[in-house]
Amino acid sequence: MTTTYAVLSEGLEKRFGAVHALRGLDLAVAEGTVCGVLGPNGAGKTTAVRLLTTLLRPDAGSARIAGRDLVREAAAVRRAIGVTGQDTSIDGDLTGRENLRLFARLHRVDGAAARAAELLERFGLAEAADRPASGWSGGMRRRLDLAAGLIRRPEVLFLDEPTTGLDPASRNLIWDVVRELTDEGTTVLLTTQYLEEADRLADDIAVVDRGRVAHTGSPAQLKSLVGTHAEVVVADPDALTAAAGVLDRLTGAPPSLDRERNAVGAVTRDPALTLPHLVRTLDAAGVPLLDASLRPPTLDDVFLRLTGAAGSPHPSDDKERAA
Amino acid sequence: MSTLAYDGTAMLGRQLRRMRNNPGLLIITQTMPVSMLLFFGYVFGSALALPGAEYRSFLVPGLLVATAAGGVMTGMFQSAQDVHRGVTDRFRTLPVSRAAVPVGQAAADVLVTAAGTVPFLLVGLAVGWRVEGSALEAVGAVALLLLFRFACVWIGMFLGLLTRNEEAAGQLGGATFLLPLLSSAYIPTAGLPDGLRTVAEWNPISAVATALRELFGNAPVPEGAAWPVAHPVAGSLAWCAVLLAVFVPLAVRQYGHGRR
Repeated sequence: MTTTYAVLSEGLEKRFGAVHALRGLDLAVAEGTVCGVLGPNGAGKTTAVRLLTTLLRPDAGSARIAGRDLVREAAAVRRAIGVTGQDTSIDGDLTGRENLRLFARLHRVDGAAARAAELLERFGLAEAADRPASGWSGGMRRRLDLAAGLIRRPEVLFLDEPTTGLDPASRNLIWDVVRELTDEGTTVLLTTQYLEEADRLADDIAVVDRGRVAHTGSPAQLKSLVGTHAEVVVADPDALTAAAGVLDRLTGAPPSLDRERNAVGAVTRDPALTLPHLVRTLDAAGVPLLDASLRPPTLDDVFLRLTGAAGSPHPSDDKERAA
Repeated sequence: MSTLAYDGTAMLGRQLRRMRNNPGLLIITQTMPVSMLLFFGYVFGSALALPGAEYRSFLVPGLLVATAAGGVMTGMFQSAQDVHRGVTDRFRTLPVSRAAVPVGQAAADVLVTAAGTVPFLLVGLAVGWRVEGSALEAVGAVALLLLFRFACVWIGMFLGLLTRNEEAAGQLGGATFLLPLLSSAYIPTAGLPDGLRTVAEWNPISAVATALRELFGNAPVPEGAAWPVAHPVAGSLAWCAVLLAVFVPLAVRQYGHGRR
């Protein structure tokens, strides 16, 4: 069986003056799946989304979105996609309802008023619908923005950090909507700095670093690249160094200290390391142990390993367009 | 072309709703000319060589044109605001005709200007201004005024799309208030020193102001003026044609490309 790709890019390059934002981005997103694009600040995530949604022209490379050529068939691409940008881009001078009616009209949706009302209801915005959106909370505006991207069910939906800075209720609503959409066959490309978000939503993850895709795979595959995460919690902060020494010896990896929790962790790919062995070795070294665990790595570990940068740092720093 | 008309109408509606929901800019741009008419007409007018009533008749067409030139400012501000706030990018991702957003914006602006002309002219009538020519010529004057406004909005939209910054556009927009000062909008150019007079008479605002004065029958065409002022109606139409021929393609291109 051949896979059909809703997003397929080859060697996309983009420069802004001296800044080489994308250095050959190869991305393949199978139809009906969710692809999470993860990367540290300035990795090129937003530039990639702006290219793939026809807002920027690539300097080199090519891409097909829903089977249409990104550059030569830009108008057809625009008919096939929905976009929710990093910056809320609905019109604050219009009310929520006016915004959705305008987008419905521009999308040639029959019954614009009814479609607007339906989406306002679905996104919990019916009550505020007739107030100018500039007075709404950030979470409400983001929900309206997503609703505007869904006026007509898009073949491919691009979400650029859709939940950055949102309250848990808005975030859960957006996650639910993404799942519903993929159930109906929409392909979703989502950039995020929240590893939990990628872990929960994405079928595949592309880790982007310095303008290239550094790794792709399912969340489980990426985690298996890294190995097992060992963590111990000690009773006495003075024992942290001793515990770190033991972990270093057992895992062969530099341990990281969490002084607030009196915890020390390290990642190992050695299958011989078992919990009893870990506990006995620490006990023999006289470490006052409170807790010890071996668990699969988080995407944070993956991120650190693949890009050398910590995940989830400053969600708002990724504004490459401001560069 | 029908998609442009359809999308342009939708965008026109958006602009009108936007002004209704957030009328700040509208109120300033509509009340400013009235207060300027009263200040200039009575404060400056009393110090000028022209008798007061005569100066106010001279001033009403001039202020109409100076206000129309303010289309540079409103066009620039609104376009820059849309770019700055990400609204323009949102429209760019839609399957919408590339010219629809600027066309709708310019059309909405001309409609609002036309509506604002009515109360201004009523105040004009109250301070002594009259239509002294034929009704047909007066209609021609208003049409010419709106054409000039249309051209000015396109200049503004291009500059707004270029600056991309709400604040910078606001400051630059303030500078557009200077443009009518070096024209015949407020004063006759005949009294200016030679070099200054030439510059002022090649200011498009002078041609349009002189044309309006001629069509309304308020003041004769000045003797020995530069070509656009000596032939004010033809000069105004030529200016509008040149400005539109330059700035419509520039603005549409800038809108379509964004930052590449």
